[in-house]
This record gives sequence, C-alpha cells and structure tokens, in this order.
Amino acid sequence: MAAKNLPPVWNKIAKHAMLPETNHDERARYNFLSNLNKHLAHVSQGNKVAFEKRVEPTFVKNNGRAIASVDELGEAISKDSHYQIWSSLRRSTMEMRQQAGRSIVLRQAEELRDKAEKLNKGKSTLVLDPNCKVPEYLLAVDNHLMPGSYHTELIEGDVTPAANYDSGIFVTTAGLLGRFNDGGGKAIASWVKKTYTDFAPKRILDIGCGMGHNVLPIAKAFPDAEVIAIDTGAPMLRYAHARAIDLGITNVTFMQMDAAMTTFENESFDWIQSTMFFHETGGKSIYKIMKEIHRILKPGGLTLHIEQPQYTNDMSLFEKFIRDWDALNNSEPYWSKMHDIDPKELMVSSGFKEEDFMQIGAKAENDLDDGSQKADEPEDHGRSPIWNVFGAIKN
Amino acid sequence: MIDYIKLASSKSKGKRPYFHNDPAVERVLNITMAVAGELAVMRERMDTIERLLEKKGLVSQEEIDNYIPETKEEETQRQTWHSEYISRVLRIVQQEMEELENPDKTIAEIANDINKM
Ligand SMILES: C[S@@+](CC[C@H](N)C(=O)[O-])C[C@H]1O[C@@H](n2cnc3c(N)ncnc32)[C@H](O)[C@@H]1O
Repeated sequence: MAAKNLPPVWNKIAKHAMLPETNHDERARYNFLSNLNKHLAHVSQGNKVAFEKRVEPTFVKNNGRAIASVDELGEAISKDSHYQIWSSLRRSTMEMRQQAGRSIVLRQAEELRDKAEKLNKGKSTLVLDPNCKVPEYLLAVDNHLMPGSYHTELIEGDVTPAANYDSGIFVTTAGLLGRFNDGGGKAIASWVKKTYTDFAPKRILDIGCGMGHNVLPIAKAFPDAEVIAIDTGAPMLRYAHARAIDLGITNVTFMQMDAAMTTFENESFDWIQSTMFFHETGGKSIYKIMKEIHRILKPGGLTLHIEQPQYTNDMSLFEKFIRDWDALNNSEPYWSKMHDIDPKELMVSSGFKEEDFMQIGAKAENDLDDGSQKADEPEDHGRSPIWNVFGAIKN
Repeated sequence: MIDYIKLASSKSKGKRPYFHNDPAVERVLNITMAVAGELAVMRERMDTIERLLEKKGLVSQEEIDNYIPETKEEETQRQTWHSEYISRVLRIVQQEMEELENPDKTIAEIANDINKM
C-alpha cells in the first residue's frame, strides 16, 4: 500500500541554467523538509482540538466569560503544550529550510554569479539602477526568515537570495505550485484569457516580480505584449532575467525600480499585475503603490493582485489567530497589519471606482498534480496554493 | 571566499519567538530536529548506495568496514563534511549568540514600525 499525499521528490523541480547545482545529500535534505512540512500540517489540526477541549474551557472557567479577542486567544493558547510543540517544530522547520537552501547556494555563490553574468551580458532587457533604494520596510525585517532578504549582496553581482528562494519554495509549498513554482501566474493568465477573450494587452507591468516565477507564464500567454517586471532587489532581477533568457522567454524587461515611485508615463500600461506582493510592503507604501498603479494604468486597463486569503467577519477568532501565525512567527509582519485594510477601500482611495472593484478566488495550476494530492488534506495556513485575487478595470 | 558554512546558518532579523516555557527545551528540540533531518539524509544516501551496489554487484560489506581515507584530499573532504554538519545541527546556538551580540526588535514592534513606513 502506498502512503497518502506524499510530496514530490525535489528533483521533480524544473531544471534551468540558473538553478543551483545540488548534490545527493542536499536534495535528500530538501526531501526530508518537504515531508516534515506535510507532516506538520497534520500536527496543526491538533491546535483546534486543544483549543476547543482545554484552552477555551479553562479560560471560561477562570474568567467566567468567553475569549473576546485574537490577542486574548493567543495569550491563552500560548500555554498549551500541543500548541507549543507544533509552533516550535514549525518554526524550526522553516529555519532549517533557510539553512538548507543557503548552504546549497552560498557554497557556489561565485559560480551562480558567473552563470548569470554570462546569460545577462549585453542584454538590454535587464536594467539595474544602483540609485534605486530598497524600501525601509524591506530593510526592517527578513521576510519569511530569509537572512539578508531579497537585496543583500554577499559578493559583487550576487544572485544567491534568488537562487535560495527558487530552490526552496518547492519545499515549503510541497510542490503544490508546480514544477516551475508558477501555479499562480499560470492560473491568472488562464483566467484573464478565459474572462476577457478580446483582451490583447500591448504593455504589461508586474510589480515586485521577485525572481520572476509568476510573470513568465503571463509573458508566455501574451507573447506579443511588451512585459516589464520591476523589483528593488538587484539579486532577484539578475537571476530572474538569466532564468527567463535560458527558458527562451524574451519579451520581459526586468528593471530595478521602486513600485511606489516608478518612472513610467501616465496611462502607459494595459495590465498591471502583482503576485504575493502587497503583504510584504508597509502601511503607507501600500497606498502610494496603489496610487502609482492608478496613475500608470490606461483607461480600460486591468489590474489584478494575487494575495493571501482575506479575513472575513464570519471567521472564528481561532481561525483568525491561526491564519496570523505565519505573519509573526514566520516573519511576514505586515501581513498581520494588512488585514485591517479593505482592498476595496485601498483601491477606491487610490482613484479606482467602487463599482469597478472585483474580487475572485484562484487556485494554482499544478503540472505535478496526478490526483494523489487529495483535496481532503488539511489546509496548510499561509502556504496553501489558494488565493484571494482583487483588482479592477480602470474606468 | 565568503564563510558559507557560518552564513548558511545565520539568523534572520527580529527577536526569535520561543514557544516552550523554558527556552532550553526549544534549543534542544531544534538541535534534535536537525539531527533527525541528517539521519534522514543519511538514510537516503545509504538507500542509494545499497541499490547501486546491488545493481552492479561491486563492493562487499567487508571492504566498506575496513575503509580509511587514502589521500589528503579525502581526509579534507571528510572533515569539511563534519564541519558543515555540526554548524547545521547547532544552528540555534549560533543564532542565539548573534541575537546576544545584536539585540533585535520583536516582529510585532517591527510591524508597528513598518505600518508607519
Ligand atoms: C514575495 S516576493 C514576490 C514574488 C513574485 N511576485 C512571484 O510571484 O514569484 C516580493 C518581492 O517584492 C519586492 N518588493 C517589495 N517592495 C517593493 C517595491 N516597493 N518596489 C518594487 N519591488 C518591491 C521584493 O524585493 C520581493 O522580491
């Protein structure tokens, strides 16, 4: 009998010229971590049981009333032994994932840099700007426990932050985003083609493109479009561009630019996309960026943003608490604050019309899905390939 | 060249959350989980070797038992492996030292900072 819901072995990841070399033990280490992640999603189910069976009853007994807020719930559950062991194991797994990825890429930092330089040399489709400042909210934290974040260069021309991100996301998501980790971009490209059959964008902008996982499927789906992908992290852009070239995708220009203050002309894009971007920004910047999007989007243009699932009013306190666990304990702090922003309000205050606002659900298109990844698997909060997409057509 | 072994185990920004009443429990758990991981890695490697040996009928059990490194290069490779291994397993101790040297804000404090940025 075969075990249920096994994650794919790491070597299923799609190969390209920039993917770091891995040896046997490095791949085995990633395999262990994928399985540990899957396992902990099951252990997480015990939190709800512990909460209902002992945390809540004890609180009611001691206080003569129900738990009133997420903070109160967090305080109460923090003393529960199951919550403690699950939390510490999950934190430890995420740190181990970073350690494993960095030990692969840092030992070959120079080789990876040279590979990128060779592919990027003389190309006008990579535009780095040494004067571009990394936003202060990115300097304040290492998102998802990634030491040095997206911008730190340990050697000149470094690409290791991107190489680490690329090789490791397959582990944290247990392969659910597909062989190219591009299930989100694929899903949005298909949705747009299906929904707007006549839509033929000439210029597309992807903001916070990272190492380009999700912009490439869009560029592929619209090969006649001029696609521009911006990020503030030079290592991400170098790697993204080299990877795109190696994968034969040539209609994307990668530019180092802050999305809050781009150099693009008013009304110059037909489609502006972001994927898993806004929850890694900041409380003021999020508004600046949305206003900038409104400024550079053409009338009749489309903007869409793939984000973490929203809080809803009918969610229990427990659900809200557990969904926020990653924000604080996997270092994605702005995610815990973004809940207070209504995406519709964000867009309307940036100039979009209320009646033009739209919100849809999206699920990753996974080319590895052979039916063995069952829908009855527990949801891995913060990492499941199911998102909230919001946006508008500018009128 | 950069010190890739040490850098691979660096801590990320922000005070590390501890979940057990005694932080010592957390420390030991982290070390144990890393060892568990390395045991899994070794198990996979053994599995590979056994399958290859079986397929090719090449090496006997006795040869493996009696093997010692034959060149300086082999000795260095083996010792490097140990050095990387220990740094990986004792990651949390290194990170606690880094925190001690460079006290950090909590992520909640950083969230408040960021909310103003
Ligand atoms: C989680 S990654 C995004 C991943 C990418 N969109 C994908 O789908 O694979 C967030 C990225 O946003 C970038 N970023 C954050 N703030 C930015 C800004 N103001 N302007 C440009 N890029 C920004 C970061 O450098 C980082 O690479």
